[in-house]
Amino acid sequence: MMMRTRPHPALTAFAALVFFFLMAPLVIIIGASLSDTSFLTFPPQGLTLHWYENIFEVSAFKRTMVTSATLALVGTSLSLLVGIPAAYALNRYRVQLPSFLSTVFVLPILVPELVLGFSIMKSVTTGLDFPIFASLVIGHALLVLPYCVRVVSASLSSFDFSIEEAAVSLGCPRWRAFFTIVLPNVRAGVIAAFILALITSINDVSISLFLTGPGISTLPIQLLAHMEQFFDPTIASVSVLLMLVTVGVMAVVELTLGLTFLTK
Amino acid sequence: MTIRRPGWILVLPATLAVALFLGIPVLDTFSTTVTDSTGLFSNYEKFFDSRFRRAVLWRTTEIALITTIASLLIGFVTAYVVSRAPGRIKSILIIAAVFPLLTGVVVRSFAWLVILGKNGILNDFLLAVGIVAEPLSMLYTEGAVIVAMVYLFVPLMILTIVGVLEGIPEDLLQASASLGATPVATFWQVVFPLAMPGLIVGAVLVFTGSFTSYATPQLLGGEQQMMMGTFLHQRAMVTFDWTGASTIAVIMTVVTILIVLAMGRLARRLNPAAV
Repeated sequence: MMMRTRPHPALTAFAALVFFFLMAPLVIIIGASLSDTSFLTFPPQGLTLHWYENIFEVSAFKRTMVTSATLALVGTSLSLLVGIPAAYALNRYRVQLPSFLSTVFVLPILVPELVLGFSIMKSVTTGLDFPIFASLVIGHALLVLPYCVRVVSASLSSFDFSIEEAAVSLGCPRWRAFFTIVLPNVRAGVIAAFILALITSINDVSISLFLTGPGISTLPIQLLAHMEQFFDPTIASVSVLLMLVTVGVMAVVELTLGLTFLTK
Repeated sequence: MTIRRPGWILVLPATLAVALFLGIPVLDTFSTTVTDSTGLFSNYEKFFDSRFRRAVLWRTTEIALITTIASLLIGFVTAYVVSRAPGRIKSILIIAAVFPLLTGVVVRSFAWLVILGKNGILNDFLLAVGIVAEPLSMLYTEGAVIVAMVYLFVPLMILTIVGVLEGIPEDLLQASASLGATPVATFWQVVFPLAMPGLIVGAVLVFTGSFTSYATPQLLGGEQQMMMGTFLHQRAMVTFDWTGASTIAVIMTVVTILIVLAMGRLARRLNPAAV
């Protein structure tokens, strides 16, 4: 049995305090969402699920929830559609491709999201007269592209391409070798990229801020606007709903890859 | 037969997407700021001539710096304890750090609105205990923005640093101890230098993230604590001054890229093997 060097008790106590502060605000939101009062308060006074029903009565929340979900699915799918081939080529043909190409897909991280959103609004939505939803899809697809390329790449980097070569040399067409040999082997990476991209897209504020317009908004933007005017527990219940989405996502990540994947 | 350069065709769609919808729009934002008839840099002169704009830039830098330093300290100590924890507890702690990270910025900032408000939980508590006689106004102060930002970024810092600390072989620490180093000496001479790349990556993520944030300063800072992000939004969507907004956007981008490059260089200098 290996001896572990134990951290000083004071450090452990400090870390415990940090985790308390990480969790407390989230617990407060859950509590506030259950309060039987018309204002936000904690600890809740009386218990009710009324504010959860109210989410579906406020048409703006209902509408933006559908928009956010559709946007996340379409944007992420598009991003994976161009991101998987790119990640594959970057790993498979590394020697033939110039090294700057791998930097190209990091650009959406280097350019601040607000700047990207603002620039797309200016050049694409206004400049090219793109519909609002199409602009949102473009913005979100770009936002999640680095995740898609990097996570799929990470998975591909441990894939032994000689298996694929073996299939091809035995007469299997390249496209078929890709779908029947490469893709199933990096399935976990693709699922992880999909999930991370989905959650990033659903929670995004900075890109959507400039791209939402009259009639079309996303849930976080609607939530933000609602918070600035009203202060009722509906905001808390929508927040809890978003937290539940996160829990669902974490469960899927845990089942497919294990959460420790996220510290790598 | 096989295409001569199959690699190119596969990277083409993604490269085109980035070039068309990121490259051109961002370059256009940049060119908007330098094609003014009054001179190449007149928009930047205007920005730095204005006391208000300088104050926004300075406040943003200050808040981002304080947030980064606080997150580094809190994140490092916490990550150290997490990485030393026994297996099962470690997984639970990592889940506890991932959960807030995957919860949206709006939700997490909103929590502090409930805590720090005039009728908020903290005021209720302070009044009940009798520390203050009147509720304090904590919202729309620099402190409120910093507290919420540290809350926002500590999980990211913990996970980044845990990743690096996990990579340090246990043998090294035992070797250090068996050669007579005290735990404190081992920490400073073995753990800290090896963790440096992680600290730098974490610092870059937190600084650029807080420097360009929007939701947190909007909710907790308001008009009084305008930061670059909220200022950009105000210029673009409230006053429709797109040139002014573009100038802010370019300054934000330049600061972000400079920080990434500078810290990358620092990381290579400190540890040539890494990066």
